[in-house]
Amino acid sequence: MQIVAENLSHVYSPKSKFAVAALKNVSLTIEEGEFFGIIGHTGSGKSTFIQHLNGLIRADKGSKKLTVGEFDLLDKECDFKKLRSKVGMVFQYPEYQLFADTVAADVAFGLKNFENPNEAETAARVKEALETVGLDYEEVKDKSPFDLSGGQKRRAAIAGVIVTKPEILVLDEPVAGLDPKGKTEFFRLLHALHGGFVKTIVIVSHDMDNVAEHCTRAAVFDKGEIYRVAPPKELFRDAAALTAMGLDVPVTGYLAAQLKAAGVFVDTDFTVADFAEKTLEKWRERQ
Amino acid sequence: MSFIEAKNVYYRYPQAEKDALCGVSFAVEKGEYLAVIGHNGSGKSTLARLLNGLLQPTEGEIAVDGISSADKSRLFELRRRVGVVFQNPDNQLIASVVEDDVAFGPENIGLKREEIKERIDFALAAVGMEEYRKAMPSRLSGGQKQRVAIAGVLAIRPDVLVLDESTAMLDPRGRREVTDVVKKLNRENGMTVLAVTHYMDEVCDADRVLVLSDGAAVMEGTPREIFSQKEKLQKYELDVPVPMRIAELLKEGGMPLKEIFTKEELGEELCRLLRKI
Amino acid sequence: MKDVSFGQYYPVSSFVHRMDPRVKILLSIAYIVAVFLIREFHFFGFLAAFLFILIAAFAARVPFLKVVKSIKGIIFFIVFSSVLQILFNHEGTVLAAWWVIEITDVGLLRAAFITLRITLIVMGTALLTLTTTPVEIADGLESLLTPLKWVKFPVHEFALIMSIALRFIPTLMDETERIINAQKARGADFESGNVFKRIRALVPILIPLLLSSFRRADELGDAMDARCYSGAKGRTKYKKMRPTWRDLVGTLFMAALIAGVVLLNGVLGVAV
Repeated sequence: MQIVAENLSHVYSPKSKFAVAALKNVSLTIEEGEFFGIIGHTGSGKSTFIQHLNGLIRADKGSKKLTVGEFDLLDKECDFKKLRSKVGMVFQYPEYQLFADTVAADVAFGLKNFENPNEAETAARVKEALETVGLDYEEVKDKSPFDLSGGQKRRAAIAGVIVTKPEILVLDEPVAGLDPKGKTEFFRLLHALHGGFVKTIVIVSHDMDNVAEHCTRAAVFDKGEIYRVAPPKELFRDAAALTAMGLDVPVTGYLAAQLKAAGVFVDTDFTVADFAEKTLEKWRERQ
Repeated sequence: MSFIEAKNVYYRYPQAEKDALCGVSFAVEKGEYLAVIGHNGSGKSTLARLLNGLLQPTEGEIAVDGISSADKSRLFELRRRVGVVFQNPDNQLIASVVEDDVAFGPENIGLKREEIKERIDFALAAVGMEEYRKAMPSRLSGGQKQRVAIAGVLAIRPDVLVLDESTAMLDPRGRREVTDVVKKLNRENGMTVLAVTHYMDEVCDADRVLVLSDGAAVMEGTPREIFSQKEKLQKYELDVPVPMRIAELLKEGGMPLKEIFTKEELGEELCRLLRKI
Repeated sequence: MKDVSFGQYYPVSSFVHRMDPRVKILLSIAYIVAVFLIREFHFFGFLAAFLFILIAAFAARVPFLKVVKSIKGIIFFIVFSSVLQILFNHEGTVLAAWWVIEITDVGLLRAAFITLRITLIVMGTALLTLTTTPVEIADGLESLLTPLKWVKFPVHEFALIMSIALRFIPTLMDETERIINAQKARGADFESGNVFKRIRALVPILIPLLLSSFRRADELGDAMDARCYSGAKGRTKYKKMRPTWRDLVGTLFMAALIAGVVLLNGVLGVAV
């Protein structure tokens, strides 16, 4: 499913003195199959944007187009419930939305809401979802979700989102609060999901090293507008502009900028491995 | 005797099956900056709570300036010396106006009004939040809230500042704001700092690093010493900072890099080696 | 949601805003008493109270429309009690009758009287909340309640609870919104079905919200301990409220209103 937004606008509490234009004429197309990054400060409009994608926030009247696959989100008749089963959304600290007495019941929540299959089918789907996120079904299914460890809780919460097999998975800062190993494992999980029923991943991240490492393209949000949409390779070449916006650049971007200032152009895609390789090429050329 | 001294400290949470800390010893001198790292559940947050007597060791002793955290009669004294800033900025501010929140600690220790006012001035200036004196915390960014929380602790004029993953919930800008303030307090005001974190780049600001794994202190040394032992760190489920990872790949490829530590150092080194003459 | 301040505080600096919150609370009570003092059908008393609000709103630099809008929340209540008066009052001259219902002149006057009384009371107290932040009101109440310490009323704890509640309302509102959105994203439906179904639909919101409140309370307790909190004993207070000439002016003005009401009670009543 392709995501298309044209002149998308959203104002919070319009008509009041607290009115905030969170999105101003945002146009963006995300193709099926992308691992799409969304970058920007807190308050840049990125959270507002992603919540439009499953109809949690409705676009303002003036917006021109917002479609996800065949769903027209500006149409009043749009089946938002069906849309939400196709666009899974993982909020920040998703473990804080767990509520049921058992992990299995919690994971089944979305499935029951959307499809309500029979018990055997439900159990099978829950098992599949838990195993996909790397939890042992037999071990955790009857446990209270609150007895799991921090990392396990987060995985269980994700299982509760992917249980409906969404084609698009949207994640808001999914690795916040995880330790280094947890972060690495989490990205491994995302890539594993990306090959299966999840066709498209949209991820909001503050960590530019992660964006450089994992994303096919990224959009930079600034004050409710899109500053730029580009693959990391082009985006981080312009490190100065990002820094001026108060955003980080990946370490590789910083190093490339330093080298460029010294007259050395390293043509890298800004992943650590590629940067090292291209830098070594330069080094060998010099020898 | 060192300023902070932990001797063979054990701690087990009530009803837990396993010790959260088992036999941890370390020492911190006055004015020193110690970073404590470790995977989630390694016991690093427990350590922070032991330092000011929110928890008492089940075995062993932990003392700050000679005051043991087990000595209940001197608990108040201990807390005046050890200021703790926690992880979630939303859950440690208690007043709806910034200056009232900073006043909370000084009020608790019974200072006079004029003295409290001076301390609010000092503390808000130290964290660069003077302009927000009358602001509502709910209108501030995460980094600003956390700076107010630090100010609230500084107003008690502690000798030690303990940060319990105080940057974990902040965005990069907020993190930078907080780490800059902490660095400044350490360098300019001689504040002793003990920072629990899992951001490897924050560790670089510290004088010394303590690595915890499964409740035990497994490594100790300067950041350079610690990060030069990649295999060992990985065993403890930790990672080296990105610049050092890049440097390693480059060295493996044959580049004669000097020992580097930060991205700035690596940048200089690369420019030196690759610059056209 | 966090950008919307709750309550109806109107953030400007004015004569009334700068008055001592304790005095404002006491004057609000005095005002309510004054309005109740107006004897039945002495409508000129209401005129005096209305003038009082007009002048006070001017001194507070609050648009008068804001003050009027404050009655929005109780308009149903006003209409309801007026209708009752009109329909079921049997005193006075009958103007119209149908079945058990008689509309009388006294009924109409009573309805008007009650409507004016409620409206003026609400408008007057709205001036307090428009010019005083919830925090100031809490501080004011704490100070006013201090004498109750002698009867072992936990004034300090009461005030602390109020101030923490005020501090956490915006935070918990944000949190609730977040949880609702997360569950909606998992297909939760809060808008359809019968009452029981709707109540059950709240479980996935209430449990995470409760748990998070406990977690917050736990952490807040630790943070308060860490900042040397040990109850009211030995504690000082940074904020001091001191009445100024403004409060004296306000009080005199209120005295004038009460005097006016009492005088008008004696004359010019609408005789029935």
